[in-house]
Amino acid sequence: MNAFTAPEIPWSLLSPALIVLLAAVAGVLVEAFVPARVRRPVQVTLGLAAPAAALVAVAALWSGVASDGGTAVVGGSIIVDGPTLVLQGTIALLALLSILVVADRTDTGEDAFAPSAAAVPSSDYEELARRRGLQQTEVYPLLLFAVGGMLIFPAAGDLLTLFVALEVLSLPLYLLTGMARRRRLLSQEAAMKYFLLGAFASAIMLFGIGLLYGYSGSLRYSEIADQALQVTGVDGLLLVGAVLVLAGLLFKVGAVPFHTWTPDVYQGAPTPITGFMAACTKVAAFGALLRIVYVVLPDLEWDLSVVLWTVAIATMVVGTVAALVQTDVKRILAYSSIAHAGFILTGIVALDESAIPAVLFYLLAYGAATIGAFGIVWLVRERSAGAGEEPGPVLGEATRLSQWTGLGRTHPLLAVTFALFLLSFAGIPLTAGFIGKFAVFSAAVEGGAWPLAVVGVLSSAAAAFFYVRIIVLMFFGGAGDGADEVTGGAAATVSDEPVEAPTPAGTSVTATLVEKATATTTTVVGSEGFAVVAIAVCAVLTVVLGIVPSPVLDLIGDVAQLLP
Amino acid sequence: MSTSFPWLTALVVLPVLGAVALWALPAGWRGRTRAVALGFAIAELVLAVGALLAFDTADAAAHQLTETHSWIPALGVSYAVGVDGVGLVLVLMSVVLVPLVVLAAWREQGSLSVPTDRLRQYLALVLLLEAFIVLVFAARDVFLFYVVFEAMLIPVYFMIGMFGGEQRRYAAVKFLLYSLAGGLVMLVGVIALYLNGPRGADGFLTENLTGLALDPTLEKWLFLAFFLAFAIKAPMFPVHTWLPDAAQQAPAGTSTLLVGVLDKVGTFGMLTLCLPLFPDASRWAAPVIIVLAVVSILYGALLAIGQKDMMRLVAYTSVSHFGFIVLGIFAFSATSIAGSSFYMVNHGLSTGGLFLLVGFLAARRGSQQIADFGGLQKVVPVLAGTFLVIGLSALSLPGLSTFVSEFLVLVGTFTRHPAASIVATFGVVLAAIYVLWTYQRVFTGPVREELVAMPDLDTRERWVVGPLIALMLVFGFVPGPALDLVRPPADLTLQQVGVEPYVAPHGAQEGTDK
Repeated sequence: MNAFTAPEIPWSLLSPALIVLLAAVAGVLVEAFVPARVRRPVQVTLGLAAPAAALVAVAALWSGVASDGGTAVVGGSIIVDGPTLVLQGTIALLALLSILVVADRTDTGEDAFAPSAAAVPSSDYEELARRRGLQQTEVYPLLLFAVGGMLIFPAAGDLLTLFVALEVLSLPLYLLTGMARRRRLLSQEAAMKYFLLGAFASAIMLFGIGLLYGYSGSLRYSEIADQALQVTGVDGLLLVGAVLVLAGLLFKVGAVPFHTWTPDVYQGAPTPITGFMAACTKVAAFGALLRIVYVVLPDLEWDLSVVLWTVAIATMVVGTVAALVQTDVKRILAYSSIAHAGFILTGIVALDESAIPAVLFYLLAYGAATIGAFGIVWLVRERSAGAGEEPGPVLGEATRLSQWTGLGRTHPLLAVTFALFLLSFAGIPLTAGFIGKFAVFSAAVEGGAWPLAVVGVLSSAAAAFFYVRIIVLMFFGGAGDGADEVTGGAAATVSDEPVEAPTPAGTSVTATLVEKATATTTTVVGSEGFAVVAIAVCAVLTVVLGIVPSPVLDLIGDVAQLLP
Repeated sequence: MSTSFPWLTALVVLPVLGAVALWALPAGWRGRTRAVALGFAIAELVLAVGALLAFDTADAAAHQLTETHSWIPALGVSYAVGVDGVGLVLVLMSVVLVPLVVLAAWREQGSLSVPTDRLRQYLALVLLLEAFIVLVFAARDVFLFYVVFEAMLIPVYFMIGMFGGEQRRYAAVKFLLYSLAGGLVMLVGVIALYLNGPRGADGFLTENLTGLALDPTLEKWLFLAFFLAFAIKAPMFPVHTWLPDAAQQAPAGTSTLLVGVLDKVGTFGMLTLCLPLFPDASRWAAPVIIVLAVVSILYGALLAIGQKDMMRLVAYTSVSHFGFIVLGIFAFSATSIAGSSFYMVNHGLSTGGLFLLVGFLAARRGSQQIADFGGLQKVVPVLAGTFLVIGLSALSLPGLSTFVSEFLVLVGTFTRHPAASIVATFGVVLAAIYVLWTYQRVFTGPVREELVAMPDLDTRERWVVGPLIALMLVFGFVPGPALDLVRPPADLTLQQVGVEPYVAPHGAQEGTDK
């Protein structure tokens, strides 16, 4: 054993993650020392500046990495190569857009978060906090910590760094999930589920890391890969360890059979946070998965391809089929994100060089559309009928599908933008989603995984149905004829003209539900405009990446070499 | 052969500009919505005539007016356009139809004197669709073709879903899902074809993918992937069921473009992609396809006879006509392929005319049901007369252009597949039944009381129908110029498929079977 030698730390190469983490720490200090009145502006500024600065840092590192192919730093714990930079750039950009949505407040000064997350729902204290106009500005440092973890996650070069990054990105997310302003019990339940399942997944992954260490005597990807070369036949320790580590990562991307948390958490979390999770977490987790599958596992291809193929196919099919029967917009988007995880896995499983740029592009295209779509969901609200002519106050988000009926007529621009994101999800040509899907399926066919591509294509066709269903409701449904679309319990159609509610002689609970449903209309809330900016940027990205993807594809293609 | 002026790109850009102009029309100008839309449509027509003049008709087999630019080199995609004789006549047919559709939509969408916002949006979609149509007929890059093939679904989807009849949502979704399913299967074929081609930055150019030595099994799979998408689009039996619903629910103008033009993309794709790219598989599949085509001809015609709704009736007649087109293509004789190419144009004129006329009738009566009409001959003689002429074109009366093309298809097919040709001929007989019987029920007999006050075609409507009838008469008597454009590409296609271009008369031909 040699004496401990401190690793040399090239600060500049780590700058994207460091900037964000430092800003997060500064955010905590802001909470402690800055007076409450100016806390929000300071936090928002910090929250937007940090990812922007990280983006600049990525750009500054770009040419160096593009020329020398990247380096492993901090003794091999962090790998700064082309895919790392692309992923970090993507995460920083998507985080910036997400934080824009998070920072937005409605006309009445409401953000998406509980005035005091610690208050018991429906308690006097909560009411007091609301009336005092308290705000949880801790959201921003929490977000920045999560972003910091995400920036390190795909860059990790050893399993321990991977695990630490995973926890750094997960813990704030558990917390943020439980902070929704409305439907707080649902939100807290979601946070609890997410936390428990996430903890299990982390433990399983940690166990896998332990097994891999036991097998190879090292935590470094490259050394494990070298050791794996020596195997003849099947080595239980290696194989089980690899499967468990993969399970931890597949949990984070929401792949079947580790997907069950996704719909509940996506539905319960504050919508801007859902957008952030759906986009950024997925990018980070797929980045890490990409590196592990391509660096550590090639020698295990024969043993693991069955597992990965099964997961990919199941993810596509389950995500698509389950989405077909949903009646809640957020749940539809959640299942759609599961299906998309399957499409991306198709590219990863292909184990072909051309898959790396394809997956990276797909993540960017998917992330942009996701943030935009959830941003719009956040803006579409219920409004209680109020007394007489005067419209009542704006309530929570109108997430029931039936409530979106006729939105294309009342708010054409918003509906067209949402339709654009949906078409991109569906992979219609001239949107970014199509190019992504095309690239991923090409890689799959190229890598010999053409059955995966066929399944992917068939589920895309089925998936188109539920995307199209939303478009149908928004544009083709007049007031009142959305009723046949509703299949769930909320049978009362909500539209601009409240319909006569059937008064069932059932329980009082049913009666209140119906009454509540008919007493609201759907509206688009006015806001400070941050979310609108984010949505506009996402829409532009979706169109531009769909029509002229070449610059971005070339940029990614130039550096898409994983450093072993 | 490239020209200095990018004719085809201009033909694509102009309608897009028109669509954008309509969407962004300032409030003060909205009263001139119709004039703006019609202006763009006519300017497009003029431009297309310019393209025709720039086209060297002596060399119609070659793609002309070509432009090639790199689009997404990382994926091997180019923006490559160019038309041969067939592409050119289809582009011309489309740009002739669009102004008529615009004119026919004048009073649709509840706008009697002042154009509504709905009309403005509708016309903008029509112009947007026109751009896609031109591009799809001009694409020389398989990826570009695929992109447009799929992207053009979206405007049509909105045209049916937002502006259609009672069941429009059902029809629009059925249309979209059918087409998407076919298209996505084709996507796998597109990818696999590219990967087996030369690859590189221009690996998707059609010319780089023609004449590949593909593995026979792979070639058959690829052929099927492409053919399925085109068969759905065309639509052929048994994947035609979306068409009657879509045509019934869509506004008349949309049906005109959908059936008259868009569905041609299916047969156009078979002719210009399936045959040259997968010659061996095409010969392998031809017998089955010919049977399906004959079934389409008879089945479509029989169902047309049984329809109560006129829009559905016209849709089913199209299933029958598309059977003829596919039959001609897969009969592999120079005559039949040239006939099919010409048939595509004539069918656009004839069916487009029928849809527009039924649209006029429906607008007057508020119903498309045949049973709601009767005895109109005396009330609206001009409408009845034009309906009769266009109806007769659907049953291929000599003297009208459809006769020429149908005759060529049947004669050409007879040289190789006499049995198929003979059975298909019964389609003509059935056509006589569905056309004349419909005419009889709608226009003859006693005048129904509630129809006495029905107005005849006004000037605008005469301008919609007039050009169609004129074109059919011109091509009926002087088909030469048009045939000169479609014959050379047909010969070239035959060479690519590897079938002798000329067949000895009445030889003991066993078709293409070995």
